[in-house]
Amino acid sequence: MPVPEVKESFAGSVNRVTLGATKDSGGTRTSTVTVGGARNVVYGGSIEEAGEKPIIAMDVLDSRPDDWPDALAENYQDVMDSPADWAKKCIEQFGADLICVKFDGIHPDKQDLDAAHAVNVTKEVLKAVGVPLILWSSGNDEKDNQVMPKVSEAAKGENVLIGTVKEDNYKALTAIALADGHHLITHAPLDINIAKQINILVSDMGFPLEKVVTFQATGALGYGIEYAYSIQERQRLAALGGDKMMAMPAICDVGYESWRAKESKLADAPGWGDVKDRGPMWEATTAICLLQAGVDIIRMRHPRAVATVKNFINQIWQ
Amino acid sequence: MALTGLEIFKLLPKTNCKKCGMPTCLAFAMQLAQKRAKLDDCPDVSEEAKQKLAAAAAPPICLVQFGTGDNQVQAGQETVMFRHEEKFYNPTVLAVTVSDKLAGQELKERIEAINKLQFERIGLHIGVNAIAVTNDSGSADAFATAAAAVKDNSKPPLAIILVSDSPDAVAAAVAKTGESCPLIGKATPDTAQAMAKIAKENKCPLLAAADSIDALAELTEKIKAEGVENMVLSLEGLNLRDQLYHLSKIRTLALKKTFRPLGYPTMSLVPDGDADQQTAYGTSLICKHSSIVVVNTVEPYAFLPMLTARMNVFSDPQKPIQVEPKVYPIGEPDANAPLMFTTNFSLTYYTVESDVEASRVPSYILVVDTEGTSVLTSYSGDKLNEKTVADAMTKFEAENLVKHRKLIIPGYVAVMSGKLEEATGWEIIVGPRESSMIPKFLQEVWK
Repeated sequence: MPVPEVKESFAGSVNRVTLGATKDSGGTRTSTVTVGGARNVVYGGSIEEAGEKPIIAMDVLDSRPDDWPDALAENYQDVMDSPADWAKKCIEQFGADLICVKFDGIHPDKQDLDAAHAVNVTKEVLKAVGVPLILWSSGNDEKDNQVMPKVSEAAKGENVLIGTVKEDNYKALTAIALADGHHLITHAPLDINIAKQINILVSDMGFPLEKVVTFQATGALGYGIEYAYSIQERQRLAALGGDKMMAMPAICDVGYESWRAKESKLADAPGWGDVKDRGPMWEATTAICLLQAGVDIIRMRHPRAVATVKNFINQIWQ
Repeated sequence: MALTGLEIFKLLPKTNCKKCGMPTCLAFAMQLAQKRAKLDDCPDVSEEAKQKLAAAAAPPICLVQFGTGDNQVQAGQETVMFRHEEKFYNPTVLAVTVSDKLAGQELKERIEAINKLQFERIGLHIGVNAIAVTNDSGSADAFATAAAAVKDNSKPPLAIILVSDSPDAVAAAVAKTGESCPLIGKATPDTAQAMAKIAKENKCPLLAAADSIDALAELTEKIKAEGVENMVLSLEGLNLRDQLYHLSKIRTLALKKTFRPLGYPTMSLVPDGDADQQTAYGTSLICKHSSIVVVNTVEPYAFLPMLTARMNVFSDPQKPIQVEPKVYPIGEPDANAPLMFTTNFSLTYYTVESDVEASRVPSYILVVDTEGTSVLTSYSGDKLNEKTVADAMTKFEAENLVKHRKLIIPGYVAVMSGKLEEATGWEIIVGPRESSMIPKFLQEVWK
């Protein structure tokens, strides 16, 4: 009995997005990265339809974190007070494709640092590394609205990926990102309807959809990853179905979420294996799962987890 | 592929005899199509129609079971490509290899290491399900000895997979393990007949292995002709990428085209690599459509995430996972420790739990039964109100836990403070809206 043909052709595809501006395009980046472009579901059809290779952005915090578990912090003890050196280490030693500067230190409940600090960190990291940057807010709306527009301005012309903007707080950052020529991250709380809504809102402000990357929120392995997993699969199917409001590449925050998990941190857990192995494995497995659903940029933290995931990506997206 | 009412109608006697209880044969056909009636209700239906209808009703991917008793596992019978379309039914069988090159103490140690790969997570048991004995030695005796050792020393007794190219070796190993109903193989185009014979005699499912989808489809037909219906497909000699693409294609063919020659569960051997890489490869195969995944590593740190991934991906998207409503002590709280409540939606509870743990302030978390919904959802659905909270406090004897009379409530339901204070007589303290702010709240506001 001959095997029937199963070729499915889709009306739409995931947008292709290029981050970073080199000298020729008015920036100072030495390289750019391109993500997206998938024309099928993960492992659907042929490898030619898989689009660009997913990439890993390693987190650099704007100020020394005080709550990182030892197994994670020990990789960065020498650079935690210098975001520039930290970024350099991620690129030169750990093979990061991108750097994501996470402005935790500006949060009022953390160190409440000011805009001048954030601008300074942005400039220093831009100087230290040549890869494109992601600039990620603290999560406190009021403070982010004060600080992030200045961060955007400090990176003007560099075509960074900046965010996040949410359904109830998007105007300030969307406007300035548009003016400064950046790409924008729209953020929804594991809710596909809100994900579409926020894209409509920024589009209504004149922000080009082809410069948007979506963040659906991430659940770590064992802590709600199934919700993120299914939303990413549905987002991909919507994009393939031709829904322009859902055709953006997706970013996920694996590092932060997976290192909150008990399995990554608990030292005294008989039978679970050494916590030194468990943490990186939890982070890597969270990333691997989301790659099966369809994500384009993965924020990560531990170099060993990054190596595992990069190896996987290289096996699949050859 | 399910038949429509009209297609079924054509197979019925069309006598409108009403013996089935329906006014007409067409009405009965419609009920059958919607699975609201049974074909047996028609006394006059022909044998031919029965067969056709049974064939059409058969699941597009058949169910294969191996192992016996508590260690029996089942694979296949999936109905969708994506879990959100319905759900995945049979969690991937995770198996570990035991090479028959091992003997004596080494063999024993390997099996003992596998015995440890059982875990408790969020109150549920998760673990490795099967051991794949591989005939790396090429000797039938060594294979049979290793298989027997696995059968005798595996605790809990896991299901057994026997993997060899040689029918003689398989026959020798089945002789030692046959009563535990192993999955045996692998049958290739060359050995199909001999392997099928062993499978048939011992009533074991058979692993069919080939290097392409076309060859597999041909092979299963050949094996079926030998009288073996229970098969598992295995793609050989492919790299990980091709394996994953082929597995998706096999599932698509089985589900979308009802292509019976590929309507079987699948088994994948994880390519070599260190424990980290094997975990990554294994996880991708669990997510994307391998019914059985066989790995080499025996590191517990590799299995905990793989098994958790399996648990998450195979969870029912329609049914939120719930935690048991009760009071959970975090750390070693005393009578002065803070008491807070949250809902029994597992995601909500475990987020709160991990943030309370992070605060290092010993506390009590009272879990209110909200039928597995989050704080805001349960509040708007009136499953979380002053009465349900007060009832939970009474039921779980909150007043005997702490000396103070202060209850911390989620920031999102601050609006219920007044009524809750009336209902309980306790002082209500509004906690943070976001769980991530709990550590700061407990350390600075509670004190």
